[in-house]
Amino acid sequence: MNKYWQENLRIIFALLSIWFLVSFGFGIIFSEWLDQFKIGGFKLGFWFAQQGSIFFFVILIFVYVHLMNKLDEKYKDKEK
Amino acid sequence: MSTQALTYLFVGITFALYIGIAFWSKAKDTRDFYVAGKGVSPLANGMATAADWMSAASFISIAGIIAFSGRDGSVYLMGWTGGYVLLALLLAPYLRKFGKYTVPEFIGTRYYSDLARIVAVLCLIFISFTYIAGQMRGVGIVFSRFLEVDINLGVIIGMVIVFFYAVMGGMKGITYTQVAQYCVLIFAYLVPAIFISILITGNPVPQLGFGSTVSGSSEYILDKLDRITEELGFNPYTENTKSTFDVICITAALMFGTAGLPHVIVRFFTVPKVKDARKSVGYALICIALLFTTAPAVGAFARVNIADSIQDTKYVEAPEWFKNWENIGLVAWKDKNNDGAMQLYPGNAFEEIQPSFSEKVGQYGERVVTNNINEDSKNELYIDRDIMVLANPEIASLPPWVFALVAAGALAAALSTAAGLLLVISSSISHDLMKKTFRPNITEKQELLYARIAASAAILVAGYFGINPPGFVAQVVALAFGLAASTIFPALLMGIFFKEINKEGAILGMVLGLVTTLSYIIYFKFIFPELNNSEYWLLGISPEGFGVIGMLVNFATAIICLQVFSKPPSSVTNLLNSIRKP
Repeated sequence: MNKYWQENLRIIFALLSIWFLVSFGFGIIFSEWLDQFKIGGFKLGFWFAQQGSIFFFVILIFVYVHLMNKLDEKYKDKEK
Repeated sequence: MSTQALTYLFVGITFALYIGIAFWSKAKDTRDFYVAGKGVSPLANGMATAADWMSAASFISIAGIIAFSGRDGSVYLMGWTGGYVLLALLLAPYLRKFGKYTVPEFIGTRYYSDLARIVAVLCLIFISFTYIAGQMRGVGIVFSRFLEVDINLGVIIGMVIVFFYAVMGGMKGITYTQVAQYCVLIFAYLVPAIFISILITGNPVPQLGFGSTVSGSSEYILDKLDRITEELGFNPYTENTKSTFDVICITAALMFGTAGLPHVIVRFFTVPKVKDARKSVGYALICIALLFTTAPAVGAFARVNIADSIQDTKYVEAPEWFKNWENIGLVAWKDKNNDGAMQLYPGNAFEEIQPSFSEKVGQYGERVVTNNINEDSKNELYIDRDIMVLANPEIASLPPWVFALVAAGALAAALSTAAGLLLVISSSISHDLMKKTFRPNITEKQELLYARIAASAAILVAGYFGINPPGFVAQVVALAFGLAASTIFPALLMGIFFKEINKEGAILGMVLGLVTTLSYIIYFKFIFPELNNSEYWLLGISPEGFGVIGMLVNFATAIICLQVFSKPPSSVTNLLNSIRKP
């Protein structure tokens, strides 16, 4: 397996772990436990379930775009 | 100018705009028709994807669903946005790199099999038609409520508009109209939301107002909602009622389903480079998140509003909007305790949930409901969930132009989604069935003609369903997502990331995934709807979440086939190696 692909898989795995954590983790599984903390008028678990996870999704995609652009650059040079 | 005249004006202007764009962006060849010449900028494509994705249901229904189900509604918020992360990381860049026109084309090539392509086309057509019927109906309903034309005439007007830009412009026409439609719909969604947020919380940003205190008091909106709902005997607004496992399954089915919807995936074939495909998914999700993070705020505000302006209010003093929607039959009141005031409690007010009315007027001037009363509940009100967004401008006493804007926005949401679906149906027929399978010798020009004929035929079928809606439109949303999650998503994912998966695995996987999900949903939704509760569900999974099990069946089938049948040929391995390079 080529190195570019391996690094690509590592990025995907890391970002999907965060994706899982903020939605299924904070938004569902630990959601009720997180409710004991409050930010403003939001119980934290409720916030993750109805808003927070969505903000994280957006950030995750742009982090991915950034990391992949860097990775593409790195390997483009090596191939030439 | 009257509200209705303004509505005609706004809708007229936006329609003229869409048709103008259609003329300007006429498709010259199949490349234009299928993928807009691969020349769409990532931002434009992001906006177009958002309009494509957000249907009449997202625009009209989601805030209402959340207003009445509170935290349980979170599955839709996370499910319909989280799928974009999967799309960005797992599918869009690789499919763009593969560089062809349609989703079945990738499946057919990757699994070196015409049969795989045909199975994928069938799944695609089934998913897309399920979806489209609801859109045309949405167009008809908006026309009838806002412009007071007959629902059927509304559907026909919608068909003509879509015909113009989808048949003439193909993907190119659709893309640029969708960009315009996104602007119209998001503006129409945010303006009333901002006004209402200011009205209730004093904060102009609905996302923040949602977590603020009620104007002139020190009580947070959400605490107030918890208090009110609990006092009236509802489940507290910010607490779950569903089992955690079921919530996980529904959310996952919606996410994987979103990532597997062909009309969304194909949008990322239209950008010039792989790099653009990644960025474009990000822009799409920003555009979508703008509406999806506003929706729960709108839902909460609406619920507060109902509690403040309706609960224990005498019917004779009911607000204007309440009576307007009662006239259309989407609100109904029956004075069960003879106090002349309206009370909303848990449970359905009537035995059949939808009210029907007699011509008579009751003691207080209310429309008399002929339904049998549900004696088990003190609830006196029927309030259709879909009116929340549409009634918002009236509830907040906003000027008539806002009302007209919301009508134009709802139409933009329905038309843009319908057009996107029509396009994937027509291109899968003209490209995957005709050109690639049955008539490989047709010329480019003939293929384009077939694409236009297929799009026209698809519009007629969609219009037929809009005018004669099958009784199951409401139930089929679960079906569309479940099927996408259990057929197309796994086929694409395995196709990209696992070189060894062979055609037998892919075909049997899609078929078994489809059969598993379909039979479970049909069993509970159509054959034994009375058994549709957690007591009878397999592992406590509701039909909405069962697509996840279908997906696992698909994966398992493919892995078993890996042991039994031979490996893919080297041409496929080479293809996959080529998409694994920068």
